[in-house]
Amino acid sequence: MTVEVPTYLDGNAAAGVLREIFAVDITAAIGRCAGCGQTGVFAETRVYLDAPGLVARCQGCDEVLLRVVTTPADTYLDLRGLTYLRVPNPA
Amino acid sequence: MGIVSPGFTGRRGAGSDLPPGQYLTHEFPVLSAGPTPHVRHEHWELTVANETGEVTRWDWKALTALPSEKITKDLHCVTRWSKLGTEWKGVSLDVLLADVETGADFVMVHSYGGYTTNLPLEDLLDGQAWIAYEYDGEPLHPEHGGPARLLVPHLYLWKSAKWVRGLVLSDSEDLGFWETAGYHEYGDPWKEQRYAGD
Amino acid sequence: MERTAIRRRLTWQAGTVTEVRAETASARTVVLDVPDWPGHLAGQHLDVRLTAPDGYQASRSYSIASAWSGSGTGPGIGTTVELTVEQVPGGEVSPYLVDVIRPGDPLEVRGPVGGWFVWKPEQEGPIQLIGGGSGVVPLMAMLRAHAAAASTTPARLLYSVRRPEAVIYVSDLKELAASDDIEVTFAYTREAPPGEQRAPARIDAGLLASVTFQPEDAPTTYVCGPTPFVETVADLLVAAGHDPARIRTERFG
Repeated sequence: MTVEVPTYLDGNAAAGVLREIFAVDITAAIGRCAGCGQTGVFAETRVYLDAPGLVARCQGCDEVLLRVVTTPADTYLDLRGLTYLRVPNPA
Repeated sequence: MGIVSPGFTGRRGAGSDLPPGQYLTHEFPVLSAGPTPHVRHEHWELTVANETGEVTRWDWKALTALPSEKITKDLHCVTRWSKLGTEWKGVSLDVLLADVETGADFVMVHSYGGYTTNLPLEDLLDGQAWIAYEYDGEPLHPEHGGPARLLVPHLYLWKSAKWVRGLVLSDSEDLGFWETAGYHEYGDPWKEQRYAGD
Repeated sequence: MERTAIRRRLTWQAGTVTEVRAETASARTVVLDVPDWPGHLAGQHLDVRLTAPDGYQASRSYSIASAWSGSGTGPGIGTTVELTVEQVPGGEVSPYLVDVIRPGDPLEVRGPVGGWFVWKPEQEGPIQLIGGGSGVVPLMAMLRAHAAAASTTPARLLYSVRRPEAVIYVSDLKELAASDDIEVTFAYTREAPPGEQRAPARIDAGLLASVTFQPEDAPTTYVCGPTPFVETVADLLVAAGHDPARIRTERFG
């Protein structure tokens, strides 16, 4: 039996695609998982890229926090699993 | 389209009889949008719920006791790879749905791990779809959807839900995991129905 | 209210390759000139997008290896953007960047991105850098930024690498390690150079206890490498008593 290698990266891998949507960096923001209530820095979430779209999941409960699909015409952003994103204001 | 990168072709083989925009691969790429569920045979079950809420169940023993078929089909993934002549063993949905009373037009497929995808019921019937549990003569590996996955090879592969757990029949069409995020509700590779509106 | 520059959506732009340097048998540093590059923080990355003549595209994210020039100068410090790319067998983008791309070629990039896995010279406390394989790249940017700012912040790098020939930035690291404020330790996992006392092995609790900053030093620790490496090291650090909030990780596939 082969040892399974984790296929996820982390929230840092979503930085580029999210900066196409948001005017600020989201990876340093704090997010709250709508599934289990855990809060944490978005950079520490688990990001799956080998899929038809980008999926970020909660480190605590694996629930989907965010999805991004880029089609030729539009970008779809689904934030269903985030109760909030806390973004620091510029100093 | 971006600026062409001199000398870049991508990791792709040529393919003449492929659906538009697809390239040929001899590998079996693993796509994953989440952790791979590991479902033990003794805990596995498949359910079909009709539009009145009536549920039919099969455990692993019951599934594998049903008449099975060997299936050889081409696979087309929306991420543009196609793999030809893949060999599977599984139970036809015609067998599983034979005694399910329904007038429903649509199905939502649910997987262990939470994935969903939607299809018209007629695309699961008449020898077009299977619950597959062997690939290439071996028990289906969890990374490819084992213990069992749905196999609907005439549609893009995201419709062939890995780790299938249940089918819910319905009179109205609802959208699944990728279909709610911009992917086409039907997904015919020969019509290149990748995204909503294609 | 004071107005700052307008923050806007980032998108792809074309840079030009000005130099390709061999670092090891399988790693290259690609130097890019990107018009209007706003500068970057050490640890940030950028996305690279390749386009085939038929429109097929592939993109990947790479850490930036260089430090944006403040007042300092030195290897890897300047106003260009350097990426160091290790060839992934069977990969799609890395073989192109390692074997195909030449000076003068265009390269589409999107960046700089990422605001978490970064080090700023004004940040307080020592920094502990732990890299596995090409995970050393963003850590190198931090050491270069440290040199560019003439920082006196104590910094340590623990670099896990298969064998001596696989070490990226060998001479630059030697130069940096000459500074009183920087310590560099190599952890060879498959084959050690002659004279190395530690037998080849992965990073373990004993090594972390002997060569890295301890919890009471209150370091900020940056761990970068393949996902299994990062998970293992982060777990060892937490088990050793490090505050998880001071451990920053970056995983690559």
